Amino acid sequence: MTALSQLTAREALEALELGRISSMELTRACIQQIDRLEPGVHAFITRTSEQALSQALAADTLRAEARQSGQPVPPLLGLPLVVKDILALSGVRCTCGSRILEHFVPPYTATSVQRLLDAGVVVLGKTNTDEYAMGSSTENSAYGRTFNPWDMSRVPGGSSGGSAAAVAARMAPVALGTDTGGSVRQPAAYCGVTGIKPTYGRVSRYGLVAYGSSLDSVGAFGRTAEDAAMLFSAMAGYDPLDATSMDAPVPAIQLNGDASLKGLRVGVPREYFISGMQPEVENGVKQAVKQLAALGASVREVHLPHTEYALPVYYLIAPAEASANLARYDGIRFGERKDGEVMWDVFYRTRGAGFGPEVKRRIMLGTYALSAGYYDAYYGQAQKVRTLIKRDFENAFQSVDVIATPVAPTTAFRAGEHSNDPLAMYLEDVFTLPTNLAGVPGLAFPVGFDKAGLPIGMQLMGPHFREDVLFRAAHAYQQVTDWHKRVPALAQ
Amino acid sequence: MKLTLAEVEHIAQLARLELSAAEKELYRQQLSAILDYAARLQALDTSGIPPTASVLPPRSVLREDEPRPGLPIEEVLRNAAQIDDHQFRVPPVLE
Repeated sequence: MTALSQLTAREALEALELGRISSMELTRACIQQIDRLEPGVHAFITRTSEQALSQALAADTLRAEARQSGQPVPPLLGLPLVVKDILALSGVRCTCGSRILEHFVPPYTATSVQRLLDAGVVVLGKTNTDEYAMGSSTENSAYGRTFNPWDMSRVPGGSSGGSAAAVAARMAPVALGTDTGGSVRQPAAYCGVTGIKPTYGRVSRYGLVAYGSSLDSVGAFGRTAEDAAMLFSAMAGYDPLDATSMDAPVPAIQLNGDASLKGLRVGVPREYFISGMQPEVENGVKQAVKQLAALGASVREVHLPHTEYALPVYYLIAPAEASANLARYDGIRFGERKDGEVMWDVFYRTRGAGFGPEVKRRIMLGTYALSAGYYDAYYGQAQKVRTLIKRDFENAFQSVDVIATPVAPTTAFRAGEHSNDPLAMYLEDVFTLPTNLAGVPGLAFPVGFDKAGLPIGMQLMGPHFREDVLFRAAHAYQQVTDWHKRVPALAQ
Repeated sequence: MKLTLAEVEHIAQLARLELSAAEKELYRQQLSAILDYAARLQALDTSGIPPTASVLPPRSVLREDEPRPGLPIEEVLRNAAQIDDHQFRVPPVLE
């Protein structure tokens, strides 16, 4: 039965459609895989196995009825999914990896999750995350860290490390994550899976607990570009419940067996191959670019001259937005409360006891950047440099269709390696932050392994609303390579 | 840029965060290092560059103000630490 958990979403849906397997069998296989591996990997904060089995039963019933009547079924009917525990699912607690929301049960469902439920998915549980998605290793969770299925001494990346690890460990074929500065792409790279951060405004943020509102995106993981594309297509599109959701058409993403990339113009920016990066990562990505060229793409150098400023810009803007967004956790309407004589005491104590170290650090940093006397020098200047970074991308996309870069300077680092040096941890995001600042989409997928057996990820970035080009390029690459088919030893 | 303890305490007060003495000293050092790193932005000439607050094109997101059902009040109140007769109960605001 465990073999069923090895199926990709596409394979599973085909087998369901042909009646070779039932959603109950598939869901049970995933639950068994989770039962077996969760004690070691710790991908979950909350499991919803019983609910998943009811959903699977309902999916099988609906499919049987549809077969009788000849009606079409929803596109993802019976497909198991895991959801990062920062997206609301009505009736299931949503902790955001924080002690302060330990018992918070949202009375509503995020639009992204709802659209996937409408498409027929079965939800196996809520996955671990750095507290409020603030982190690059899934070590900053109040519920314990997640382990990388390729090497348990390593981090899975973050903040969507639980989702990435679950997909890599074959606990679920697909997963939802969120990406504010690389939180889908970097864990996808560290865990050897495929992850999409869509264009800002492409997928509704309604029900995504806010961290950096001008940067937050809901993204998806799969073991193939095709699977990530299926999830993306089911979630994308305008939502009146999110004022930053864009009313742009969502093109059907046609991925067939044709691996030709003739006509595709690939840009490679010198600024993303920096001194000090792991040579195997640099070589792996350069080899992958050669593979894209072998498939017919033309490759040229492009320049993103303000890349080096993305890190300081991000670590002023994101904490500034976080300091405002997290003001709502005051112990009054939701969340844990620490009592006090007067209201101010309640605020201080509730927040001091409820937030972990990284969240406090970012609230402090953001509050400072927004405070009187420092606003112009820090936050204001960061917003102006953000404009320069955005223009870099606009200029580059005049001459290329996609930009290919590493996802991170290294493969998965050891747990605890950056725990005492926040700046070193922030540097892990150096290649993923610019896309969030510019609002463009980014796709991460495996393009090799280092000597230690850890996956190497490549990132493709595209112009606003051109996720389809990224999926097409990664899909073509995956037609002629098999890095994405490798399975961590523990998950076989 | 070296933050003083008084500056750290001022920021914590603005953010309504209770911090221990050890946390204050840790954040004093770490925020100083991060702000030092961020200081490289000051070297860029941004005169004439408009700030980016949102990457989206400016557009109206207003809609008709029509009543529609809200969330069920019992479910919303279920997450509050203290409620009283369908309302959130809060501690005294004034000492």
